Amino acid sequence: MLALIGRRVLIALPTLFLVALFVFALQRALPGDPFLVIAGEERDPEVIAKLREIYRMDDPIFVQFFAWLGQVVQGDFGRSLRTGVPVLGLIWQKLGVTVQLAVASMIVAVGIGLPAGIIAARRKDTLADYTASAVALFGLSVPHFWLGIMLILVVSVELKWLPASGFESIFVDPKASIERLIMPAFVLGGGLAAFIMRHTRSAMLEVLRSDYVRTARAKGLDEDTVVNRHALRNALVPIITLSTLLFGELLAGAVLTEQVFTIPGFGKLIIDAVFNRDYGVVQGVVLCTAIGFILMNLLADVLYVLVNPRLRSG
Amino acid sequence: MKLLTTLASAGLLALAALPVAAQTPSTLRVGLQEDPDMLDPHKARTFVGRIVFKGLCDKLLDITPELKLVPRLATEWSFSADGLTLTMKLRTDAKFHDGDVFNAEAAKANLERARTLPDSLRKSELASVDSIETPDASTIVMKLKRPDATLLAQLTDRAGMMLAPKSLSGDVATKPVCSGPYKFVERVQNDRIVLEKFKEHWEAANYHFDRIIYRSIPDTTVRLANLRAGELDILERLAPTDVKSAQADKSIKVMSVANLGYQGITINTNNGDGAKQPMGMDKRVRQALSLSIDRKVLNDAVFDGLYEPIIQPFNPGNPYLSAEFPVPARDVAKAKALLKEAGLSKVSVELFVTNNPVQAQVGQVIQAMAQETGIDVQVRSTEFASQLRDQQQGKFQMSLIGWSGRIDPDGNLHQFVTTKGNQNDGKYSNAEVDKALDEARTIYDVAGRKRHYDAAQKFLQDELPIVYLYNDKRYFALRANLQGFVINPDGMIRLSGLKRQ
Repeated sequence: MLALIGRRVLIALPTLFLVALFVFALQRALPGDPFLVIAGEERDPEVIAKLREIYRMDDPIFVQFFAWLGQVVQGDFGRSLRTGVPVLGLIWQKLGVTVQLAVASMIVAVGIGLPAGIIAARRKDTLADYTASAVALFGLSVPHFWLGIMLILVVSVELKWLPASGFESIFVDPKASIERLIMPAFVLGGGLAAFIMRHTRSAMLEVLRSDYVRTARAKGLDEDTVVNRHALRNALVPIITLSTLLFGELLAGAVLTEQVFTIPGFGKLIIDAVFNRDYGVVQGVVLCTAIGFILMNLLADVLYVLVNPRLRSG
Repeated sequence: MKLLTTLASAGLLALAALPVAAQTPSTLRVGLQEDPDMLDPHKARTFVGRIVFKGLCDKLLDITPELKLVPRLATEWSFSADGLTLTMKLRTDAKFHDGDVFNAEAAKANLERARTLPDSLRKSELASVDSIETPDASTIVMKLKRPDATLLAQLTDRAGMMLAPKSLSGDVATKPVCSGPYKFVERVQNDRIVLEKFKEHWEAANYHFDRIIYRSIPDTTVRLANLRAGELDILERLAPTDVKSAQADKSIKVMSVANLGYQGITINTNNGDGAKQPMGMDKRVRQALSLSIDRKVLNDAVFDGLYEPIIQPFNPGNPYLSAEFPVPARDVAKAKALLKEAGLSKVSVELFVTNNPVQAQVGQVIQAMAQETGIDVQVRSTEFASQLRDQQQGKFQMSLIGWSGRIDPDGNLHQFVTTKGNQNDGKYSNAEVDKALDEARTIYDVAGRKRHYDAAQKFLQDELPIVYLYNDKRYFALRANLQGFVINPDGMIRLSGLKRQ
């Protein structure tokens, strides 16, 4: 297992280097001068020149790149051009927010998707199956932005059941945190629930048709035991892989949901950073997202092996 | 199952035992359109940042809604007869949040930092200051290089804000220590800035909230939804399209004021190849463009008739407005005649707009109106950072761009139309205009100054390097139970006197 992890980490390093290079180059190729924006409304040429000097903008681009990379390797991602806050601290702070949102969304997604998929598979071609499929299709096709605004207008403004937006850490104020996470988690997790439901359904159907399930039934075991003890365990393998990948997807895909519910997470951070040409923040965020994806893939593989012992030898 | 039930009930108990969250009665929650930038008054540049500084940092002077100067940390002030010395008396009962006393030395340290820090954005605002003296602990004397009528107005904002001297060497941008009515507690970028009442402030009795939370909510619909749901007490920059629905809600009050700035079209008259086309070279074509726009219809179509049409760089009601230049009625025949006089039957020109729906709409309305007079406007939309850069480099023919405005008339004109102005992106140049605007800076009385602005406007209204379109009035929405909000054309939220009924 350790060898597997080690091998994967080694492969990841050149990937990360390429990502860093790519982002850096792309960022510099963007039109627009951040210092014109940062120098403020007055745009004093003297100030702009000074800022360019401070940020070494007049050096050749590869000199800038390796200077930046050198700092990053030492754990220094620089400071935000816009607010003067250290980038790494910012990323940790925002990551904490988005991970909480992603976990909540995952709970919604799995909590709805998994049981719905199992029920749909066990009652194939009945009303329950059709209903679950129809709801899933709806969940997949509704745009996050629209659903978010509708929820705010109905649940917060009209019914006044939940706060309209914002974020509170679960570790600081659990009640306020949960209240604020319900709607965004539902919006973000709803679409994924549909995805998980469809995959659970097909995986279960496949397993329920297999020989060992027939054997188990032939032994005279009751249907619940067959499904829960024998079938589900094997059907879970592809679903766990899918879920971990989806979790990575969630981290990156929370952008719109965070925008609607004004959750100060990773997605909002990157949108604002791109619009403000906040170089250091964009580079830091993209690099960390890449690292996140690589870790998620690794985790998926490890879980895969853990859940399915047959793969352990390989 | 039993375990589950136990866990669930334990969880519920834990939730019930928690203190009631955040919303204690003495917290004021303010909704901002953007997240402020650095919280260092000498380096900060955003409009929303200034709103936060209002609570955090006291400044030497302030302005009233009528734009009159009033004392804050400076109690009285006077210029010498030659206009080259400004003497200010300072409060003796003001303190910084770290406990240090505010005095002339502290004021001097701040002003010196503002005008010498390499990346200070206040340098140009204090450019006329030559040296600063402190004859005693409550007097500060500024020696000027030239008479500067704009200086007092600068001291009503960031250039006149005071940071604790000990904090100046630290990380001001993320941990500001000022002397304002509220102290800095924490900031979560893109989310909130929390301030707490400074009990030792000299005017503490006028501030009724214990905490202020500024939240940035860029989406205007969501910002209003938060106010209606009771999550905010006041918000700034309500969108004109939301004004009617907000007014219909009885739990909300809507207030508005003409803003100090303007929105208009900057035309490239002299900056590289972009100027070498009829719109840049011939003032008659620019006059035709201005005459082809019905400013009232533009305002009705895009802003529900809530904004005010203008043709001068000053807000309606401003003492520097000239009666000589009323907003012209649309005149297609005259516009066509002007084009004919210029020897043209059709003009094609490109207009840059920022890529947001409202700006795009303004561009389209102008396009449709100009079309009828023979001016074919192609609207090109890009995001703001690119627009600014192209504009500065002269890679534009016309650009739809606004200005947030300054208290002093100089701030709305000088840098945009004088030959060496920092923001004169069209590189308009007229020696007479330069002279009039330079001189206006040195005169301290309003009537005398106005004559110079009128003189400059005579040329500007004829040559039209900037075609002014409308004043984007500022709308605020607040919970009906919030009392004491004094609306001011500078668009700031002053916390003094605000209380919940």
